[in-house]
Amino acid sequence: MAEPPRADAPSPIVEFRRVEKIYGEGESEVRALDGVDMRIERGEFVSIMGSSGSGKSTAMNMIGCLDVPTSGAYLFRGVNVCDLDQDQRALLRRHFIGFVFQGFNLLARTTALENVELPLVYRRVPAEERKKRALRALDLVGLSSRAGHTSAKLSGGQQQRVAIARALVTEPSLLLADEPTGNLDTARKAEIMELMVQLNREHGITVVMVTHEPDMAEYGTRTIVFRDGKIISGNG
Amino acid sequence: MLWATLVMSVREVRKNALRSFLTMLGIMIGVGAVIAMVTIGEGATQKVRSDVGALGENMLVVSPGAARRGPERTAGNPFQKEDVEAIEREVTGIKALSPTAQSSTTVVVGNQNWPTSVIGVDDGYFEVRGYKVELGRSFSEVEAASGTPVCIIGKTVRDNLFAGAMPMGQRIRVKQVSCLVVGVLASKGQAAMGGDQDDVVLMPLRAFQRRIAGNNNISSVYLQVENAQMTSSVQAQVEDLLRERRRIQPGGVDDFNVRNMQEIADTMSSVTASMTGLLGGIAAVSLLVGGIGIMNIMLVSVTERTREVGTRLAIGALASEVLLQFLVEAVVLALLGGILGILFGLSLSYAATQSLSLPFVISPGTVAGAFAFSAAVGVIFGYLPARKAARLNPIEALRHE
Repeated sequence: MAEPPRADAPSPIVEFRRVEKIYGEGESEVRALDGVDMRIERGEFVSIMGSSGSGKSTAMNMIGCLDVPTSGAYLFRGVNVCDLDQDQRALLRRHFIGFVFQGFNLLARTTALENVELPLVYRRVPAEERKKRALRALDLVGLSSRAGHTSAKLSGGQQQRVAIARALVTEPSLLLADEPTGNLDTARKAEIMELMVQLNREHGITVVMVTHEPDMAEYGTRTIVFRDGKIISGNG
Repeated sequence: MLWATLVMSVREVRKNALRSFLTMLGIMIGVGAVIAMVTIGEGATQKVRSDVGALGENMLVVSPGAARRGPERTAGNPFQKEDVEAIEREVTGIKALSPTAQSSTTVVVGNQNWPTSVIGVDDGYFEVRGYKVELGRSFSEVEAASGTPVCIIGKTVRDNLFAGAMPMGQRIRVKQVSCLVVGVLASKGQAAMGGDQDDVVLMPLRAFQRRIAGNNNISSVYLQVENAQMTSSVQAQVEDLLRERRRIQPGGVDDFNVRNMQEIADTMSSVTASMTGLLGGIAAVSLLVGGIGIMNIMLVSVTERTREVGTRLAIGALASEVLLQFLVEAVVLALLGGILGILFGLSLSYAATQSLSLPFVISPGTVAGAFAFSAAVGVIFGYLPARKAARLNPIEALRHE
């Protein structure tokens, strides 16, 4: 199924090969991705831009193994995701991918610590170690003092930092951020972006971030721009 | 994983404490009703059994006269000593027996008098009826054989004639006979169908026949069967034997009857049992309604938490793990309802049994059954909402407002 990674030239973490994604049929057919080729190497910080309907969200879902191409191939760490079933893709996400969402998506009436522990629960990490690792992740985002607060008692920026802690507590190889600063004011935006840059540089986590703000995209090492289901700039 | 899921579910139930409680209420009332009905029914059954048992354990009473009620009821000839001897000799499965003769009369001590039952008995009577001599002694063999006028009195008779004084060695007058009190019976209390079992004066049968009745008639024979399983066999043997001795043609009407106390107890228990069954059925309907309530609230919960489900799926939860989570939540709701219902039902039946002066018997089987049943309700009615959650598409779930 998957092509084995070559020793001399390690496979990129994300590789799209003529990926097409088509929604609907006949008249109402929508070509969300139209034969996209794309490579993202380990350690990169890639910003993905594009207007709504450009295909950037579809690409993002696909990178996150939430969606599969209609045709073409998507290789994640050299493994063809098209060959995997739903549960196998869930396991890929569990072990290699961290998600940060625009709306934070923290569990309501649940403490920051418990939110951060959640991915470790699915990884069957024992309670003791779960707590230790979650506290370390919260410390990394500067929120260890707020571990016992529920999300309602945290500001937007703090909530997003909890969400980032939740994404990186599993030490993922890839951090996917979908408009992570969309709901924040300017000062908080910078804070979050600096945190992401730090994670990328100091911890070697590959970051892929969707944004529609050019200022935010500039934090990345490369910007890929989508339009009408195709990449128009920034590819390699 | 299951433990972590359980912890998460309990937390989820606590987050919406009022809503969870209202949801549980259906199950709680259903289970509570079942427990209360069964416990009260069980108490009533036991009461009937112990009352009947108090008359005499595994007891048969053989009396002359047809069992039929109504105007054509025939009076049979009384039994004789030979009849009793024949029963003793030929019927197997009898543990103890006593011929008796009885008279309702007023007994007198000094200026006190008291209407009571005077019964002539053999030694076996004490065993059959479960009477024990509390003070004094029972009849000696010489007294039984010779017809000496001695008696043992019940507690009610003692209280009314002697008012706390020691009755032993005193004489009471039964009809024209002066009778020496040699013992007092331990109290047995009220019988099942009314009647004070302590309101009695016992005499040796021989003395009763000779001095009070003036004949050798035996009015009934009390039998104790070895065990409950043998009751009907002994009853049939006695009936066959007496038919033969009294020359009753096949198909003819018996001029005697054998009353089986066990049968009376069984009839009364089966009435209680069918009442319990009926009310249990009604309670089961309320459990069904409770289950639908759980399903309803779980469906609402899945819709409300669509984004949460999306998040869980995105961070790597398997569909089966999401299913398990919601299923466990439904089971936790149902089980909590069940536990509250068990407590509710037990306290309700405790109050009821106390006020009806029935025994309060917790049936572990019923409690375990109610527990298992409420868990089953959780699984059955939680499955559909849980499957709905597990089948959500993570991308759409994350976009859900």
